[in-house]
Amino acid sequence: MKLSGAEIVVQALIDEGVEYVFGYPGGAVLHIYDAIFKEEKVKHILVRHEQGATHAADGYARATGKCGVCLVTSGPGATNAVTGIATAYMDSIPMVILSGQVPTPVIGSDAFQEVDTVGITRPCVKHNFLVKDVHALGEVIHRAFYIATTGRPGPVLVDIPKDITDPNIKVSYEHPGEMRMRSYSPTTKGHIGQIKKAVAAMLGAKRPVIYTGGGVILGDASHLLTELVRKTGFPITSTLMGLGAYPMTDRRFIGMLGMHGTYEANMAMHETDCLIAIGARFDDRVTGKIEHFCPHAKIIHMDVDPSSISKNVRVDVPIVGPVSSVLADMLSLIGEHAPDPGRDTLREWWSQIEEWRSMDCLCYDRTSDKIKPQLAVETLYRVTKGDLYLTSDVGQHQMFAAQFYPFDKPRRWINSGGLGTMGFGLPAAIGVQLAFPDAQVACISGEASILMCIQEMATCKQYGLPIKVVLLNNGYMGMVRQWQELFYESRYSHSYVDALPDFVKLAESFGHVGMRVEKPGELEAAMSEAFGMKDRFVFLDVVVDPTENVYPMIEAGKGHHEMHLSPERELA
Amino acid sequence: MRHIIAVLLENEAGALSRVAGLFSARGYNIESLTVAPTDDPSLSRMTLVTTGNEDIVEQIKKQLNKLIDTVKLFDLTEGPHIERELMMIKVRAERADREELKRLADIFRAKIIDVTDTSYVIEITGPSTKLDAFLDAVPEGLIVEVVRTGPSGISRGEKGLTL
Repeated sequence: MKLSGAEIVVQALIDEGVEYVFGYPGGAVLHIYDAIFKEEKVKHILVRHEQGATHAADGYARATGKCGVCLVTSGPGATNAVTGIATAYMDSIPMVILSGQVPTPVIGSDAFQEVDTVGITRPCVKHNFLVKDVHALGEVIHRAFYIATTGRPGPVLVDIPKDITDPNIKVSYEHPGEMRMRSYSPTTKGHIGQIKKAVAAMLGAKRPVIYTGGGVILGDASHLLTELVRKTGFPITSTLMGLGAYPMTDRRFIGMLGMHGTYEANMAMHETDCLIAIGARFDDRVTGKIEHFCPHAKIIHMDVDPSSISKNVRVDVPIVGPVSSVLADMLSLIGEHAPDPGRDTLREWWSQIEEWRSMDCLCYDRTSDKIKPQLAVETLYRVTKGDLYLTSDVGQHQMFAAQFYPFDKPRRWINSGGLGTMGFGLPAAIGVQLAFPDAQVACISGEASILMCIQEMATCKQYGLPIKVVLLNNGYMGMVRQWQELFYESRYSHSYVDALPDFVKLAESFGHVGMRVEKPGELEAAMSEAFGMKDRFVFLDVVVDPTENVYPMIEAGKGHHEMHLSPERELA
Repeated sequence: MRHIIAVLLENEAGALSRVAGLFSARGYNIESLTVAPTDDPSLSRMTLVTTGNEDIVEQIKKQLNKLIDTVKLFDLTEGPHIERELMMIKVRAERADREELKRLADIFRAKIIDVTDTSYVIEITGPSTKLDAFLDAVPEGLIVEVVRTGPSGISRGEKGLTL
């Protein structure tokens, strides 16, 4: 069929099965917006800032596993999108970003709203393209989807100059069918010899630990992981990004690991003799000081991205491949030979772990007359009965949520782990709620983070999204304040937010419901009321104890065995 | 250790900047980099010289391979290979120095390719170490200008880095 460039963009999105495009119009994309206006199959969601578009597409992708799509204009449209693109890149989220560009003849002339988008985004995309010929446009867009969604997923940007989408120039377009590229062919299967080696090491281990990351969720391997844990009886810990891949309410789950992980998880990491890393990348927030990392362990690492292996920590048994296929092969190898999960050596290991667990490292003051942030998260869990899509911003509230809201399913905990982007939570919730209109979706945030993308409350109003914002309001950038208290002798340099808006009135001015809670006794009723309003966006401003810190904590540059519990219960 | 890595890249706009950007973003050393199209105009061949411990070089190769534009990659230093670099050097050549420089060029199998009353331009090809040795051998104070291409490399034997 003969289509204009603008029509090709829209048709290619339809062919890719795209439901929603998150975007913001502008000069360089006007032809595309005109084509969108005439086509109803692709629904466009108008955000209020391009950063919001990228986070919403990202939230949609994390919750559904499908590719998120956004559309922004040239210049400031593209630069505003950069933070969201980098966020998706760090967490390997499949996303396609279509950006407008000034017309080809004026590229390089510092034209109005011109910026070198391909150059600016190069370090934070999996790949990007500048389309210079309308005949290549369709193929490039399909290629972008192929690259974004296969192998280790990631954002791919397609920069489209305005003349390429000229409605008067029609060229032939057809769906290219199955994609093949000579320069890109991700691994689809793990090396069976390596998997055998790994199984032998695992079954011979006395103190094994399974350490999983976001890769298990991205690779849709939760059921296989669960089977592996059931079969072996091994303890399992997870990174911030991997929470929910294995049911967190199960006893085999020993909590998150790393800087704010549980005592039992970090001690198990320190003492293990066989570490089984699955779709995790040994981030510095997880490993602590590399020299002290798992000093006694043989390390097995399965990951779809070869460059993740032995990047930070040298690995003994590397397995390159999608975690789903590697785990399936592993399970069939273990087959009937699985050792008794209750065998003596493992029983000893478990009793050691239970001893660590009995430290109750997450305990906090439940009798306080102020609302403790931990209490707020626990109440959220009770009120939502554990059935929630929870997006998060970045800071203390993010850590409290990770520690106190046990997710039993993958894709329910949606947060910016790698880049740590404040402002992520609210727009991400937009993408999640659109994907699952009937599900309970909440955004947990702080009064500092929420203000970074507060304008998206208007988007929620426009599309009638009944998201619940649970704001843990302590008046400080809590995590900054915590570090200043601990490492800068309580010099709270610019971490106090002196002029906060009245969030109740603010929510109301956007056409939403605002509520404020200040006493622990009122918390549960208020939350129940908020979540009871099924068709309203509710902003719940929870005033929490401003002095509460996140514990346990491993200081940057320390080992897993050097963690602090709360100051009252410092370890010997 | 010094590694010479040969890469076949899609001959696309921006491919070179992806490689250069990768090295600066990840803080890898890059000693030299040469690139030109091959007999297949859709492919560029790049020779990249880098140094680092084995872990870092391994990461460099993985990261290069990860670039979508990378078609194939080979670490020439893993096997027998030939390395050649071209250097042109402009020297002051007056009176007695003229004979001395001519002799030196002969010893190194270099060629004098431009002559004036007071200067020579000498062309020399070889592994980088030979070029270094030539520079050392030129009497002090005579060098006006040096231009080097950076090494290109190819493996010995019948097997080639092709598609």
